[in-house]
Amino acid sequence: MIETELSRSVKRWCKGATGVTGAAKLSGGASQETWRFDIVHPDGPIGAILRRSPKGYGAAPSRAAGLAAEAQLMQLAFEAGVPSPRVMHVLTPEDDLGTGFIMQRVEGETIARKILRDEEYAAARPHLARQIGGILAGLHRLPKDKLPALRSRGATQEIAEFERDYRSLNWPKPVFELALRWLRDHDPGPAAETTLVHGDFRNGNLIIGADGVRAVLDWELAHLGDPMEDLGWVCVNSWRFGEIDKPVGGFGSREELFAGYEAAGRKVDPARVKFWEVMGTLRWGIMCGGMMQRFREGPDHSMERAMIGRRASETEIDLLRLLAPRGS
Amino acid sequence: MQDEPTPIELTKAVADFLRSDIAPLISGHQAFKLRVAINILDLVTRQLTQEEGSDAKEVERLRALLGMDGTVTELNRALAERIAKGEIDLTTPGLAEHLWATTLDKLAVDQPNYASYKRELERGE
Repeated sequence: MIETELSRSVKRWCKGATGVTGAAKLSGGASQETWRFDIVHPDGPIGAILRRSPKGYGAAPSRAAGLAAEAQLMQLAFEAGVPSPRVMHVLTPEDDLGTGFIMQRVEGETIARKILRDEEYAAARPHLARQIGGILAGLHRLPKDKLPALRSRGATQEIAEFERDYRSLNWPKPVFELALRWLRDHDPGPAAETTLVHGDFRNGNLIIGADGVRAVLDWELAHLGDPMEDLGWVCVNSWRFGEIDKPVGGFGSREELFAGYEAAGRKVDPARVKFWEVMGTLRWGIMCGGMMQRFREGPDHSMERAMIGRRASETEIDLLRLLAPRGS
Repeated sequence: MQDEPTPIELTKAVADFLRSDIAPLISGHQAFKLRVAINILDLVTRQLTQEEGSDAKEVERLRALLGMDGTVTELNRALAERIAKGEIDLTTPGLAEHLWATTLDKLAVDQPNYASYKRELERGE
């Protein structure tokens, strides 16, 4: 039982803690798991989350920053006032829990469709696009000298990497070829300023409450690069969950996003944002292809993974809407 | 020639059974998995119904565009290569129309409720 190891761990670093209860796995693949649990404490229970790679799964996939870097980034973000859970403990070998970290549990909703439809979030929704702009500005301003070691990726390298990923699928898709040509023709080159890029900042990776964004999650694709990448990715149509006329996560307009970003003292380059939106749409399409390949060849023979393979066509229609709009 | 009912009719019968008789009995993660399973069967039914017609039209457009013959897979591979080499692009007459028609046919099978697809259908072909 994981509660035995967790109890032993919390007693060591959480003053007054006597154990844990209610451990439940929230999500998990072969290499990474998320658990929720409560720390038993005389002042009342403390909600906590464990993110870990179980023992024997230390190696992170090539694009991932790794759990140690993730913990460091979340703590930095928390200290800088970017909505983020407080990191309570980074796992050590004596915890006997694998590698990863334990953080404070932030209550709220992450399921995008609920956030976009439920009455509970109706008052928050009109403000989210602008709020997200401000949060991204804060995130892009995190001090570079305090960041963990991260891979560095500019537009030119990303195009080459996605092209390689796509060709390795051996999956001839004329619309993806068209998008790759467009990206090469519109490659903006190195950014004027390289910053921390979250890498997966979108509706679905944010904890939202009636009062707005409470936490930014899933920092595993963080890297150094063009800050406009995050502004483009949050606008990719797949993350609008049906609210296609509200580009920013289905919440609001690009103008609101940009206004929030600039009000926080940073500059937007709309042409670069558009470039990264096209790139992001293709990126999700290629990821769908990767899911299909892993479904076919890998140990995860799940129906969900198979069906994500069939979502590649949604990125094809969205790429056509971006690059070859009808009636224009 | 195989006997009937057809694969379309059989697949549809299984999907209807799962939807009407089994779905009400289960909950939680298993219910989620069942919904995915039913979605798969519905997708297969749509593909079995539509693929033959849409592939034939796709091949016809590809032949005209490329000036060559082949299976739908071979022709798609050839088009992908020519776009990659820059020999065909959006200024090539017929390319945009072909990609739109092909993509709309795919969405009709994969995700007929996808919002961008529904928007483009309202716009008319």
